[in-house]
Amino acid sequence: MSAALIIIVATIAIVLCLGLLARRGKDMNLEQWSVGGRGFGTILVFVLMAGEIYTTFTFLGGSGFAYGHGAPVFYILSYGCLAYIISYWMLPPIWRYAKQHRLIAQPDFFAHKYDSPALGILVALVGIVALIPYLVLQLKGLGIIVDAAAYGAISPTLAIWIGAAVVTVYVMVSGVHGSAWTAVLKDTLILAVVLFLGIYLPIHYYGGYGPMFTAIDAAKPGFLTLPARGESVAWFDSTVLLTALGFYMWPHSFGSLFTAKEERAFRRNAVMMPVYQLILLFVFFVGFAAILKVPGLKGPEIDLSLLRLSVQTFDPWFVGVIGAAGVLTALVPGSMIMIAAATLLANNIFRAVRPQASDATVSLVAKSLVPVIALVSVVFTLRGGATIVALLLMGYAFVTQLFPTLIASLLPRNPVTREGAFAGICVGVATVAATSLTHTTVAMLLPSLPAALLDLNIGIVALVLNVVTMGAVSAVTRRRTAFA
Amino acid sequence: MAFVKWLAVLPFLGILVGVPLLNQVQPLVLGMPLILAWIVMWIVLTAVIMGIIYLCDPANRDMAEPRA
Repeated sequence: MSAALIIIVATIAIVLCLGLLARRGKDMNLEQWSVGGRGFGTILVFVLMAGEIYTTFTFLGGSGFAYGHGAPVFYILSYGCLAYIISYWMLPPIWRYAKQHRLIAQPDFFAHKYDSPALGILVALVGIVALIPYLVLQLKGLGIIVDAAAYGAISPTLAIWIGAAVVTVYVMVSGVHGSAWTAVLKDTLILAVVLFLGIYLPIHYYGGYGPMFTAIDAAKPGFLTLPARGESVAWFDSTVLLTALGFYMWPHSFGSLFTAKEERAFRRNAVMMPVYQLILLFVFFVGFAAILKVPGLKGPEIDLSLLRLSVQTFDPWFVGVIGAAGVLTALVPGSMIMIAAATLLANNIFRAVRPQASDATVSLVAKSLVPVIALVSVVFTLRGGATIVALLLMGYAFVTQLFPTLIASLLPRNPVTREGAFAGICVGVATVAATSLTHTTVAMLLPSLPAALLDLNIGIVALVLNVVTMGAVSAVTRRRTAFA
Repeated sequence: MAFVKWLAVLPFLGILVGVPLLNQVQPLVLGMPLILAWIVMWIVLTAVIMGIIYLCDPANRDMAEPRA
């Protein structure tokens, strides 16, 4: 067993202990298990929300995308701050409404606002569909880390199974309380590791950032700007907009905002979070540093760049520390995603079908669904060939379809009817599903469009269709209600 | 507050309009390509702008926990 693997195993053991400790003395009903009894202060909410954002996606996906795609990776740095601006005004009213009606999950919110249990089920389904690629990418990340840290002693397949088992046990033991305490540990470790790597590697290999970027620009001209076609400026703008709008539409982000004690926590977070984003910069520096030092990674392999460069540079024990940070970035969000998916299935689909079920039964169903969700994700992880960033963008294209309906419901006089909401979400999600399954792009559908529009993110196109449908159906159904 | 709120529009313009206009490597700023340095600047400015909005927002006053 390598030193790296010992450190990683020890980290997993500590995390499981923290989860067990967090549970002690708490009565674990469904509200406790999924929203921590709505009793977390600013700091814990901040850490939980930050914890979800700095995931395997940023750690391995961000550096990998910088390595494989260059300048288009800057979109990851851009959408967060726009999302926080929106959150300043969007989250407090959601939180107030949720508290007033004792809601614990995202579909409850939609079902209540539109007085339509069917809409709640639809939103739950959209959430689950979007969460699966997100969970798959965390498991993929875990697999990559364990595989690299074991120096080939564990097969990637076994590594993914181990990762999935750890997340499952962890979630079943402690629920969201475990996530909060592990999130504190994780954020400290990831901050230290990312800052160190992002500063040390460029200086060690190139003598500084300026020389590094000059060398990359000389070796790969055009790599550090957005290209004229493909991931162009149109792609950049539409992707930034899509992800900024979808940022808080994830069922687990929605769920974690319910954990806050007071609404001011969100406004304060909107001030603090943008700067926290800058950690991403150092993740990118690692990916860029790897370009000329571990060349030749292609396709889904680009996600390996950070670890490959680390293994080449450091002693095994330090690779273990990096791997441990990586394991935490997958475990914390992975557990949040699992809780969200299990709560959605139990509370919003099972209970909708069997309204007479007791709280204890629903709680039991939620907990027993956790291993099932893990199993489904493992199957997808083992089959998939997509990169981490591609998986997340697919999830984003799905969840963002909930944004127009949500915003309309926050207006003083909601112009959207429940039929309009239903139709809009269906059209948006169907567009994303059809195009991602058939790998269609805007350029293939409408080749006669101006060149700038051909590179638009398909999620934005779906969003436009969604809003148009929502408006048209609302106008028709509203008139009918008026005459009735 | 009414006026201060509109500051929040600036980061949207800076990112969505500014990045396509400044899509170039040279000159390097703090060692970073211009396009990256521009985005970093807007992240810092976003924090400053949201801080100003927070302090001017009456919704954040008159609560149990006083704020300097």
